Amino acid sequence: MAKVRGAVVVDNEECKGCNLCVVACPTLTLALNRNVNNKGYHYSYMENPENCTGCSNCSTVCPDSCITVYRVKVEQ
Amino acid sequence: MTVITGKINEIIKPENLVYAKSPLLNDVSMHYCPGCSHGVVHRLIAEVIDEMGIQEQTIGVSPVGCAVFAYNYIDIDWQEAAHGRAPAVATGIKRVMPEKYVFSYQGDGDLAAIGTAETFHAVNRGENIVMIFINNAIYGMTGGQMAPTTLVGQVTSTTPNGRNVDLNGYPLRITELIAQLPGAAFVTRQSVQTPAAVRKTKKAIRKAFEIQAQKKGTSFVEVVSTCSSGWKLSPVASNKWMEENMFPQYPLGDLKDTGRADPDLYKVKG
Ligand SMILES: Cc1ncc(C[n+]2csc(CCOP(=O)(O)OP(=O)(O)O)c2C)c(N)n1
Ligand code: SF4
Ligand code: SF4
Ligand code: SF4
Ligand SMILES: [Mg+2]
Repeated sequence: MAKVRGAVVVDNEECKGCNLCVVACPTLTLALNRNVNNKGYHYSYMENPENCTGCSNCSTVCPDSCITVYRVKVEQ
Repeated sequence: MTVITGKINEIIKPENLVYAKSPLLNDVSMHYCPGCSHGVVHRLIAEVIDEMGIQEQTIGVSPVGCAVFAYNYIDIDWQEAAHGRAPAVATGIKRVMPEKYVFSYQGDGDLAAIGTAETFHAVNRGENIVMIFINNAIYGMTGGQMAPTTLVGQVTSTTPNGRNVDLNGYPLRITELIAQLPGAAFVTRQSVQTPAAVRKTKKAIRKAFEIQAQKKGTSFVEVVSTCSSGWKLSPVASNKWMEENMFPQYPLGDLKDTGRADPDLYKVKG
């Protein structure tokens, strides 16, 4: 069966920790990291990477264009 | 179909890329506060210009307000205007170089307070320009003072007890007024708080640029926006406040889509 899997790469240093991508993600993939970047922001990261479908909702709402999205069909 | 186990490093490969930062966005950090709508709208403008292939033909006019440095962020030609004068500057540029795509980018203080005259007269002349209007109901840059678009009861640094109509008048729905002007070709009000809303706003911006090429008159795209610093809310709470309070006063959708009026309708008889 084919299934879609995705993954995102967040530019940690550009992220301002606004949380908008976290609430826009329908699969609860993202969360704000406990650690902060050099600007002092809790940057977004894939807390549950296995959930990501590569739908791009997160990158669509990100004001700082710091999310890159990848998507692939997986054969199981 | 790729046969993989679904490990992250097998997904993150160039051939699987579905979204990356627009090549028209410069490699610099934007100075905006976390979650600011300006950043989203900048990205949409960059993506539209890139997808239309008009980078070399586009000139933006940036305002005074938080977006004053827009010229640092999108890799096109820009002219910075004095406060409120962006539509007048855009008029001049477009008239001298009619083959260029020209747009202004302004906040509510810039477009609907100090620049009201330039706004109305540019649209009334039906200038073939695009005007992007970021309505966050506040003067963001200067510390959160009341704007013409501030809602009744909204607390700002100059209305600490909330905007009071007796003292401060009513919120100005300038986009409704713009839609009355015969020079307006396409007038719409959008937002960028959800993925669906962002996609609609991008379509509206694209349409506005296409109408400019068709010389149909002025396109005016309001984006109902947030200013979490001015509103003193988190970015997520700001979006919720905007949906609950701004949308009833500033309803989303197209207000006009007819092209500018036929000049013959306005001619003397003899
Ligand atoms: C002639 C003049 N008057 C006043 C100011 C102060 N000033 C700077 S930005 C601004 C308003 C900004 O509000 P808005 O246009 O809504 O932009 P925002 O920052 O909210 O995006 C004002 C009044 C100025 N710079 N120049
Ligand atoms: S691509 Fe979609 S599923 Fe993956 S993190 Fe972004 S919003 Fe969530
Ligand atoms: S939307 Fe962008 S800036 Fe905001 S937390 Fe997510 S990645 Fe960071
Ligand atoms: S003050 Fe408001 S409008 Fe200005 S950058 Fe911050 S959030 Fe955006
Ligand atoms: Mg404003």
